[in-house]
Amino acid sequence: MLSKGLKRKREEEEEEEKKETLAVDAWWLDPSHSAVAQAPPAVASSSLFDLSVLKLHHSLRQSEPDLRHLVLVVNTLRRIQASMAPTAALPPVPTPPTAPNVADNLLASSDAALSASMASLLEDLSHIEGLSQAPQPLVDEGPLGRPAGGASPSLGALDLLGPATGCLLDDGLEGLFEDIDTSMYDSELWAPVSEGHKSSPEDGPGKEVGPDLDEAELDYLMDVLVGTQALERPPGPGR
Amino acid sequence: MGEDTDTRKINHSFLRDHSYVTEEALSKPTKENRLSPSLRAAVSSQISTSDIISTVEFNHTGELLATGDKGGRVVIFQREPEVRRGLSKNAPHSQGEYDVYSTFQSHEPEFDYLKSLEIEEKINKIKWLPQQNAAHSLLSTNGFQRSEASGELSSCMDKTIKLWKITERDKRPEGYNLKDEEGKLKDLSTVTSLQVPVLKPMDLMVEVSPRRVFANGHTYHINSISVNSDCETYMSADDLRINLWHLAITDRSFNIVDIKPANMEDLTEVITASEFHPHHCNLFVYSSSKGSLRLCDMRAAALCDKHSKLFEEPEDPSNRSFFSEIISSVSDVKFSHSGRYMLTRDYLTVKVWDLNMEARPIETYQVHDYLRSKLCSLYENDCIFDKFECAWNGSDRNAFSLGEVGEKSVIMTGAYNNFFRMFDRNTKRDVTLEASRESSKPRAVLKPRRVCVGGKRRRDDISVDSLDFTKKILHTAWHPAENIIAIAATNNLYIFQDKVNSDMH
Repeated sequence: MLSKGLKRKREEEEEEEKKETLAVDAWWLDPSHSAVAQAPPAVASSSLFDLSVLKLHHSLRQSEPDLRHLVLVVNTLRRIQASMAPTAALPPVPTPPTAPNVADNLLASSDAALSASMASLLEDLSHIEGLSQAPQPLVDEGPLGRPAGGASPSLGALDLLGPATGCLLDDGLEGLFEDIDTSMYDSELWAPVSEGHKSSPEDGPGKEVGPDLDEAELDYLMDVLVGTQALERPPGPGR
Repeated sequence: MGEDTDTRKINHSFLRDHSYVTEEALSKPTKENRLSPSLRAAVSSQISTSDIISTVEFNHTGELLATGDKGGRVVIFQREPEVRRGLSKNAPHSQGEYDVYSTFQSHEPEFDYLKSLEIEEKINKIKWLPQQNAAHSLLSTNGFQRSEASGELSSCMDKTIKLWKITERDKRPEGYNLKDEEGKLKDLSTVTSLQVPVLKPMDLMVEVSPRRVFANGHTYHINSISVNSDCETYMSADDLRINLWHLAITDRSFNIVDIKPANMEDLTEVITASEFHPHHCNLFVYSSSKGSLRLCDMRAAALCDKHSKLFEEPEDPSNRSFFSEIISSVSDVKFSHSGRYMLTRDYLTVKVWDLNMEARPIETYQVHDYLRSKLCSLYENDCIFDKFECAWNGSDRNAFSLGEVGEKSVIMTGAYNNFFRMFDRNTKRDVTLEASRESSKPRAVLKPRRVCVGGKRRRDDISVDSLDFTKKILHTAWHPAENIIAIAATNNLYIFQDKVNSDMH
C-alpha cells in the first residue's frame, strides 16, 4: 500500500519531531489562533511561514494587488525562512523572488500570465511544503495543495530530496495524466519500490552515507517516493 | 500670551461640537447643491462600505473641510461665520459650526465586466489648492479608474487625479431679451423694446466642476499628492514612482523619483507617502515601507533617485522580531508648519525628526505599545498593515513668528477602538480620547480614556483584549490655525473644538 511505505519513511526520519508536528497539526485544526503565540518558537516559525504563504497567495489573487502589502509579506517570509534555514543547507528558496515577478505579471493584467505564474509559484511552494509534509493529505487542501506541515522539522529531508525536485514536475505531470489506480498495479514500478520502501526507512540515514547503495539507485528510489507523494495529492495547478 | 498658555491644556478640554453622519441620503451624486441646513441626521443603521470616510482635509484657512469616501464622493463642510462675540457661553451656534457646503461625485464607481468585480473608487487623497480668487480648488485622487475608452472593456489601471473648482453663485441675471424666464426662446414678434438684464440675488448655489483630469500618470496605487509652495506644481506618488505635474497641464508629467528595479524580483521596498516642503519649493520628502525617509532636492537632478538626506533609525535589537519591518513601515509623513521638522507615523509610534539630523528622530512617542506583544495576531488579521495618519496642531501665528517656540506643539494620531491620541511636545503629556456617539454628548468635555494591560484596572479602563480592531481612526485633520480637529471614524465624521479656545471668543 502506498500509505504504508510513506508511514514508515515518516516514522524513521521524523520520530524526534513527532511532538512538534503534532502540535502544528493541532494548531491547524484548532480554530482559536491563540495557540500560535503559545507554540514553541520553532513551530511558531513554521505556522508563521504557512500564514505568510497564505497571505501571499491571497494578495496575489487580488485583481489589483497591493504592492506594499505584497512586498512586506514577502520580506517577512524571507525573514522566517532565514530563521528556519540554519537547520539545513538549503539554497535560497526561489519562492520569494518569484512573487514580485508574479506581481509584475499581474500588473500586466493578463489572466493567462496570472494562472501560469500562480501555477509555477504554487509548484515551487508545494515542492518545499510537499517534500516535508506529513504523509496524510488534508481533506480540504483546496487549490493550495498545501498541508499543515512542519517545514522546519523536515528540512533535513529536503536536503536529501533536493535533486529530485526537478524531477517532481515531470513525475507530477505524469501523475496528472495517469490513473492512480493503474499505477498501483504497475508491477514494474512497484517491484523495486516495495523493496526500497521496506529497506530504506530503516536504513535510511544509514543508506545515505553507506557505500553499499550507489547514487543512481538512491536517486531512483527518491524519484519514486516523491512521485508517489505527488500522485496522492490532487493535481493543484491543473484547473 | 495667556491664550496660548491656556490652549496648551487642550488635552483635557476638547469638547464635542457635532458629529456628522454620511448616510444613504447623501449618496446621490449632484453637480449643484443648494446650501443645505446643517445635517444632524439620525444614524442610519446600515453602514454601507461606500460611506466609509477615506480622507479628511482642511483648506488653508480652515473655513472648509473636505472628506472623501470609498464611494468616490466628496463632501465639503463650511464653517459658519461666528455670531457676535461676547455672547454667553450657552448661546447655541455661536462657535462657528461646520455645515455641509457641497457634495459631489469625484470618481465614478465602475463595474469591471471582464472580471465581474466592482472597481473601488475610494478617494485616496484630497488636497486643497491655496485660494487665489473667489473660487476654491481641490485635487482629489482615487484608487482605481478604468480608462474611459468608449466601447472597449479593457481594464487598464489608470489612476487619475482631478482638479475641481468650487464656486458660489448668489446672483443670477434676469430680463433677457431673447429668452423668457424659463429659458425658452421668445417669439421675436413679441419683443418690442430692449432691456438690459439685471443681476438679482438668488439663493446661494455651490457649483463644483471638474477643471482638469490628470490621467495616465500612474500604474500603481497613488498613495499621496502634495501641492508645491509655488502654487503651480504638485506631485503625486504611487508605490514606485513620483511624478511632478503642472496644475495647468494634464497631458504631461515629469517623473522625479523611480524606485522600480530593473527586475521586479529584486523589489523589496515601496514608497508609502510623500510631501513637498512647505516653504522650499525644491525640496520634498518621501517615506518607504522600510521606515526610511528621503529628502530630495529637485535642483540637484531631474531624476531625484539619489536623495539629499536619508533619515533612518537603526533597528532596536531588543525589539527585533519577524514583524520589525512591517511595523517600521511609515504610513504618513508631514512637515511641520515651519518646515524645520517632520512627523512620521509607523504602526506603533509617531516620531518627530529634525531636518538637520538624519541619524535618528528627536522624539518618539508610543501610540499603543501594548500591541507589541500581539503583533502575531495583528499580522494574522491584517491589522498590522493599517495605515494611520498623523497631524501637527495648527500653527499659532503669534508663536510661529517667534520661530522655535511655535514648534513646541501638539501632535495627533489615531488608533483602534475609535481612540485617538494627542502628544504635547512641550509638557511631554499625552492623552487618549474617544470618538464615539455613546461616550460623549454634545458640548460635553471629552473624557480621557485609558487602556490597561493587566494588573491594576481602574473603573473606566479598557483592557487590551476588548479593544475593537474594526473601529480604527486612520484619518485625522487639524485646523490650520485653531484648535479644531476633524476625526473620521469609519463612516462618521467628528469635529471637536477646544473648549478653552471657544471660551476665548
